[in-house]
Amino acid sequence: MDIFETVFIRNSLIVAFAVIGITIWFSYMLADKLTAGRIHGSAIAIALGLIAAYFGGIATGGSTGVADMALLGGIGLMGGGMMRDFAIVATAFGVQLSELKKAGIAGVISIFAGVIVSFIVGALVAILFGYTDPAAITTIGSGAVTYIVGPVTGEAIGASDTVITLSVAAGLVKSILVMIGTPLVAKYIGLNNPQSAMVFGGLMGTTSGVAAGLAATDPKLVPYGAMTATFYTGVGCLLGPSVLFFIVSAMY
Amino acid sequence: MIVYGVALLSGCLVLGMVIGESIGVALNVDANVGGVGIAMIFLVLASNSKKFKALTEGAAGNGIKFWSAMYIPIVVAMAARQDVAGATEGGILAVVAGVAAVAVSFALVPVLSKVGNSKTIEKD
Repeated sequence: MDIFETVFIRNSLIVAFAVIGITIWFSYMLADKLTAGRIHGSAIAIALGLIAAYFGGIATGGSTGVADMALLGGIGLMGGGMMRDFAIVATAFGVQLSELKKAGIAGVISIFAGVIVSFIVGALVAILFGYTDPAAITTIGSGAVTYIVGPVTGEAIGASDTVITLSVAAGLVKSILVMIGTPLVAKYIGLNNPQSAMVFGGLMGTTSGVAAGLAATDPKLVPYGAMTATFYTGVGCLLGPSVLFFIVSAMY
Repeated sequence: MIVYGVALLSGCLVLGMVIGESIGVALNVDANVGGVGIAMIFLVLASNSKKFKALTEGAAGNGIKFWSAMYIPIVVAMAARQDVAGATEGGILAVVAGVAAVAVSFALVPVLSKVGNSKTIEKD
């Protein structure tokens, strides 16, 4: 066993490539055999990844899913921010500028509408659950924007650790739901062209959720959605600890 | 050469990140403001420009396409390293806030797509 452990840990990123490859092969087989291709293989692979992350988190008590297990440490690097950003940018290769110009106005509107609408919904839920402290309401609202905007805002305006944790959890639920729910609702919300993909990316904002959800719907739409989605967190980090916090404070 | 395409991709990402970080500093926000999006714009501009042909066509282009194709596997790895156990412990509030935000946002997609469409038609 020592030999295995040594080799696996020394070659962690290579092990991750193999493990992810097998997971995807298995997921595409399931998608084909069990759902007759109705649910895309990548959606099943992502769901399996999330399930594995749950058990990894329970088993190790860590915060990075299976990456906390020594033998699967390479998944942390493969799925980390650096590789994710590199691959997201690569998906923009081959995008036609003429298509982008068409979605321009709606794209920008959707980013601001997405941040503000998600914030209002999250803040209302916090109020319904009995929160009256403006810092807490703002932080939970920001968590509904993304799980990055939540803690950024919370720390900037001095919310409690519990509230910040809740905001991360709310953002995570959103991200997971967008990942899994997008292929299921795509038909009903007209998500089948670059224009609606850019609006979708701007409204949802969670980069990982948008990219994964669109990949499972139609991989060609990923760059359009990802392009608007990547601006969303920046806009959220700007508005959350400033304008949105001032508005909530004025009301309470 | 495959590495030319990979180098172009890397250059776009680094440049985008530096600009995003600078905007964050300028606005006094502890965030990389749109760095990845800016990098994507650079790559789109490069792949639509004749000047960068040597870095985007043939084998060099395959170097970029490889990383584009690795996107889904990387997203699967990313899913496997999320703090899912933390989210379920976060309680019903987190679930309700996340679900409600997604439901309302989904419903707005067709509405805003129409806004964009009608504006394009008016221009035409």
